[in-house]
Amino acid sequence: MVDLSFRRRRMQDLRKQPGFDQIAIACMFVLYAPIVVLVVFSFNDNRSVVRWTEFSFRWYAAAFGNDGIRNATLVSFQVAAFATFFSVIFATMAALATTRTPAFRGQTAAYAIINQPLMVPEIVTAVATLSFFAILKRLTGVTGIGYLMVAHTVFCIPFAYMPIRARLEDMNLSLEQAAADLYATPLRVFWRVTLPLLLPGIFAGAMLAFVVSLDDVIITLLVAGPGETTLPIYILGQIRRGITPEINAVSTLLLGLTLIFVTLFFFLGRKRT
Amino acid sequence: MADAALSPMKGTGLDEAEQGRDMVLVDRVTKEFGRGEQAVTALDAVSVRILENEFFTLLGPSGCGKTTLLRLIAGFELPTRGQILLDGQEIGHLPPYKRPVNTVFQSYALFPHMTVSQNIRFGLEMLRKPDAEIEQTTRAMLSLVRMEALANRRTDQLSGGQQQRVALARALAPRPKVLLLDEPLSALDLKLRKDMQIELKRLQNETGITFVFVTHDQEEALTMSDRVAVMQAGNILQIGAPKEIYNRPAKRFVADFIGDINIIDATLGNVTGAKGQVTLPGGASLTAYLSDSSISQGAVSIAFRPENLRLVAPDDAAASVIGQIENVVYFGSGSNVHVRLENGTTVVVRTSDSIGALDARTGVEIPEEHVQVLVD
Repeated sequence: MVDLSFRRRRMQDLRKQPGFDQIAIACMFVLYAPIVVLVVFSFNDNRSVVRWTEFSFRWYAAAFGNDGIRNATLVSFQVAAFATFFSVIFATMAALATTRTPAFRGQTAAYAIINQPLMVPEIVTAVATLSFFAILKRLTGVTGIGYLMVAHTVFCIPFAYMPIRARLEDMNLSLEQAAADLYATPLRVFWRVTLPLLLPGIFAGAMLAFVVSLDDVIITLLVAGPGETTLPIYILGQIRRGITPEINAVSTLLLGLTLIFVTLFFFLGRKRT
Repeated sequence: MADAALSPMKGTGLDEAEQGRDMVLVDRVTKEFGRGEQAVTALDAVSVRILENEFFTLLGPSGCGKTTLLRLIAGFELPTRGQILLDGQEIGHLPPYKRPVNTVFQSYALFPHMTVSQNIRFGLEMLRKPDAEIEQTTRAMLSLVRMEALANRRTDQLSGGQQQRVALARALAPRPKVLLLDEPLSALDLKLRKDMQIELKRLQNETGITFVFVTHDQEEALTMSDRVAVMQAGNILQIGAPKEIYNRPAKRFVADFIGDINIIDATLGNVTGAKGQVTLPGGASLTAYLSDSSISQGAVSIAFRPENLRLVAPDDAAASVIGQIENVVYFGSGSNVHVRLENGTTVVVRTSDSIGALDARTGVEIPEEHVQVLVD
C-alpha cells in the first residue's frame, strides 16, 4: 500500500516537474515543424517554398512527369529490394548463430563485428568502400549497379539483425526442443517451428533495412556510378540548383512511404509469441 | 509389509517377484555443467532402473538434479560420464529426435502457430507415418484427452488445463516407449491439479506407457506413483513405493521432506537384525526399525509421524514420553497438538479426540512399529 502510493506519486511528480510540458512541446516543435512546413508547401500552387498562395497537386504531377525522378525512384527501389532481401538472409543467419548456439569464445566480438556499420562513421565506410570497389573494378573489369547493391546490403545487415535477434531472444527455446523431442531433425525444426515464429521479426527487419537503404546518401554518393542515381542523390542534386516545390512533393512521398514502413515495423515488432 | 532393510533388492523398492522388464536404465550417470574450477555437479554417479509400464517419479527440492536427469533421458543434455539405456539400447549420446521418448514440458511448449490438432499431429508427421494413420491417431488422442471439440482452436485460446491436455496428447501420439513429464502440473491451480493427477494416472493405465514424472510436490508424488526416487544435491537418497518412502524413510532428508514428521534425539542400544533398542528422552525404551544396518550404537535421530501418536494420561503405562501441551493447531478434520518434552524438544501429535487444556501435563504414546532410526 505504502509502496504503491509512493510510486504513483513519483510518476505524477515527473510530469509535474516545472518546465516538463514546455520542454516536451519545444522538442516536438523542433522535430516536426520543418517536416510540416515541407509537406504544406508541397501542395502550394506557386514556385515559392516560403510564400503560400493556393492549394494544388501540380508539383506532384510535375514530379510524376519528371523522367529524372522516375528513373531515380526505380533505381532506389531496385537497390533497396536487393539489399533488403540479402541483408535479411545474412541477418537471420547471424541472429541464429548468436542466439541458438551455446555461448562461444569471441561472442562479444561477433556482436561488435555484426554491428560495426552502425558505429563506424559512415563517411569512413563510404571512402573505404569506394577505394575497395575501385580496385575490384580494375582487377575484374566488371562494372554496374551490383556494387551499389552490395554496399547497401552490407550496411543494412545490422538494421535487419536487431529485430530478428530480439525476436529470437523472446522465443522460448523449449519450442524448438519440443520439436526435436517430437522427432524433427534440426533442419525440419528450423522450417516448421523456428522460421514461422521468426517471420514477424524478419518482416520487421526487412522494413527497417528497406527504409535505411532508401534513405542512404553518403555511401551511395561515393559508390554510385553514372546512371545509378538514387532518389536521395537526385534530390541532393536538384537542391544545388535551388529548392523547388517539386522536391517538396518527392520528399513528402518518400516520407509517406517511410511512415508506412515504420508503422508496419512497429506493429509487427509488437506482436508477441 | 516387506521388511525393506532385509530385502535383497534393498533400496530399489523392488521385490524379486515384482521385477519386470527394464525400460530405462541409468547407469552411474554424472552430469557436470561448466568446466574446470567452475564446474557444478548436477548429478553425481546416479543409477536408477525404471520398469516397463511403471509410473516412476523423481522427487526433490529445486536444484536436486531431477530435471537434469529427465533432460538427460530426453536428450537435451548429454551425460558427462555414464550410460543411459532405453529398452536395452544405449541412447545417452543420441540427439533428442532419435530417441523414442517424448516430453511434456513444464511450460507445455505448444506451437503457437499451429492448431490443437496440428500440434498433436506434429510428431507423427515427423515420423512420416501414412496420412490415414496420422488422421486416426490424432482423432484417438483428441478423444483420449477429451479435446475433440477444440481440435481447430489455436493454442493461445486455450485455458491452462486445456493446454496441459494438448501437451499430453501431443507427447503420447507417437506412442513413445517412455513419456517424460517435467513438473507439468505446477502451473495449474489446486483444484485443477487434483483433477489432472487422476487424469494422468488414467492415461498411464490406458496407454500402458512408462511415465517418468518430475515434481517437487511430495503429495503429488505419493498420490500418483508406483515408485518414487527421492533426490537431493545430485544424488538419489531412496527409491521405493510411496508407502515405503512414507513409512520407512531411509534418511533424515527423506523423512523431513515427505509429510509431517517428528524427528527427535535418542540413544541406540543393542541392535538385532533390522531392529534396535532405543532409549527415549525421559528414559522409556522401545524397539525401532533401523533404516540402515550400518547405524552404530550411541546418539541417533529417530522419526515418527504425528498421526501414529496418541495422547494418554501422564501416568498411563503406555506413555512413552511425558510433556506439557504447548500449542493446539486446529485444521478441520483434527488438530495438531504440540507437546513440549522435559528436554525442550517438541513432539507434534495429530488427533481428533478431545484434548487437555493448554499447559496441562500429558503422556504421548509412540507405538514402536512406527518408529524409524534415521541415517543423517
